[in-house]
Amino acid sequence: MNSARVKKFYYLMKLGREFELAAKREYMKGNIAGFLHLDIGQEAVSVGTMQAFDKGDVFTHYREHVLAIARGMEPKHIMAELFGKKTGVSKGKGGSMHLFEPKLDFYGGDAIVAGHLPIATGCAYARKIQGENAGVFAIFGDGASNAGAFFESINIASAWKLPIIFFVENNYYAIGTHISWVSPFVELYNKAKNYMPSKRINGMDVCEVYNAVMEAKEHIENGLGPYFIEAETYRYEGHSMSDAGKYRSEEEIEIFKRRDPIENLKKKALELGIVDEKYFQEADAKVEKVVNEAVEFAASSPEPEDYELFEDVFCKECENALP
Amino acid sequence: MLYREALNKAIDESMAADESVVILGEDVGRYGGSYRVSEGLFSKYGEKRVIDTPIAELSIVGNAIGMAIAGLRPIAEIMTVNFSLLAMDQIINHAAKFRYMSGGKMTIPLTIRMPGGVSRQLAAQHSENYETLYSSIPGLIVLAASNATYAYYGLKSAIFLNDPVVFLEHELLYPMEMEFKELKNFDPFKAEIVKEGKDLTIITYLKMRYDVLEAEKELRKAGIDVEIIDLNSLRPLDIETIANSIKKTKKCVIVEEDHKTGGMGAEIVAQIQEKCFYDLDAPVLRIAGEDVPIPYNRKLELLSIPTPDKIVKKILKWKAENGI
Ligand SMILES: Cc1ncc(C[n+]2csc(CCOP(=O)(O)OP(=O)(O)O)c2C)c(N)n1
Ligand SMILES: [Mg+2]
Repeated sequence: MNSARVKKFYYLMKLGREFELAAKREYMKGNIAGFLHLDIGQEAVSVGTMQAFDKGDVFTHYREHVLAIARGMEPKHIMAELFGKKTGVSKGKGGSMHLFEPKLDFYGGDAIVAGHLPIATGCAYARKIQGENAGVFAIFGDGASNAGAFFESINIASAWKLPIIFFVENNYYAIGTHISWVSPFVELYNKAKNYMPSKRINGMDVCEVYNAVMEAKEHIENGLGPYFIEAETYRYEGHSMSDAGKYRSEEEIEIFKRRDPIENLKKKALELGIVDEKYFQEADAKVEKVVNEAVEFAASSPEPEDYELFEDVFCKECENALP
Repeated sequence: MLYREALNKAIDESMAADESVVILGEDVGRYGGSYRVSEGLFSKYGEKRVIDTPIAELSIVGNAIGMAIAGLRPIAEIMTVNFSLLAMDQIINHAAKFRYMSGGKMTIPLTIRMPGGVSRQLAAQHSENYETLYSSIPGLIVLAASNATYAYYGLKSAIFLNDPVVFLEHELLYPMEMEFKELKNFDPFKAEIVKEGKDLTIITYLKMRYDVLEAEKELRKAGIDVEIIDLNSLRPLDIETIANSIKKTKKCVIVEEDHKTGGMGAEIVAQIQEKCFYDLDAPVLRIAGEDVPIPYNRKLELLSIPTPDKIVKKILKWKAENGI
């Protein structure tokens, strides 16, 4: 454990947590609508992966706010997107599920389960022939690991030795369906182990996530082909704000809350004496400020103009632009 | 009766009446369905007949076709039409074609339920209307339930028809309280005349029925006596009911939520001009969704689809322009 890194992990996870809590509040107030999938409980995965995989291309699904923050997107532009404002990362057109930032090689925010996996695989192919060894990071849920697109992707990536990390967030549920009802095993790294190195890790521990992705990164950068990581994790909230999550027992939720990634990191760092209490207080205060500013920014930003409805369907700059 | 309760009743009674009826889909069992349509069925009929599937739409429909071949009457639920695109190969290349390419030997009694439409700020990947993708395919029946009565009788008919049926629902209708009418005779392929009138025919289906009903109140104030037709069946299309109405009113407007280009209205207009060209006093007016993916922002979302207010304005403008 290195002090600077622990501080960074803590700050980003806390920022992610508080951002999500603020999003939840704003949803209850009616400032955010549609499907809002919160990442609360899963911050170690979002932060650990993005801190390790700091170059390369990232493809993700709809539960992506904290991943986007950890990748370097501005919380205020994400919050503005959740509010559907013109200043949002997708100009208010995509909402919570569709955060994109090509400048950060962050390509969504795809809400068709497993739909991004063949795309990520194709991107990895391109990176390979372009001689770019940073490769691709594709993150998805346990539910997605049952889709045809998943199996096609691990096959192709393995057959062609593509530089891609497949990272499954196994939080045991796809909406209300438990993974054990629809998969012959709950330890999902089994699905890939004949295709590529595959391991299962504790996704509630940010350091473990970080180290696993660092290892995977080295593997793909050395041209050894794809790599598979399964992180055990848990969402404390329902699938989205439209789901009360009643299919899970209080005991089950408690078990995972006791493994809370943020609290446990703090506790461990204090015990080991590598970060002092003062840092955590300062970090918390800063988080509060950043989140409040994000909400204020989103609330005070303008709505998109009516004419914007018809923009961005086709390329405006292209010479052969369609009307 | 709630719209979703009417669907539930149709499935429940069909399962009770015939052991071969099964349902499968994502979250249909223990969870009770993401729109609560299959609530209570898992505990009543058990996991053999109420099947929680993985997120694998191609397999949901493909497996259902296999079950149908084996003699079951499966009801496949696709969580929303947007995800049915993953199953399109099974629906179109397989389900729709087996009877024909086997010279009539194969029978696929399959119902594929799917809700769609613009709900509330679900953005581009969760807001589509894909009825034309299915209604353009020979070998598929496409029904669209706008109300509890048709949801109940239409779905029951679909389950016991011996051909594949795409059964369309609309996400905003599920929690709506609706009047339920007991019917003695029911023809799933017949359009409903929701309101009789003599000045103008409005053709619609699914959720737009309610927007049209709202608009009608305003049009009535403007002295226009509107006849409203709800299609119920998109394929086959009940062109007779449409033609009879146009003979009377001489004017026709189509209101649909899907994109205008290549939308349902395009096919309806084509059939109208074949059948009723000389009955018309003016070109048919199409009021449809804009040709853009559906945006998240609420204001833009509402701009992208017909609303009661827009329906009224467009009709008044069209009347003025055509001097009718
Ligand atoms: C192809 C497709 N089918 C169904 C859905 C509806 N849906 C959205 S999220 C989801 C569950 C996904 O679960 P998982 O992959 O485990 O991710 P988690 O939500 O747990 O992060 C489902 C079924 C969808 N978006 N796309
Ligand atoms: Mg999951």
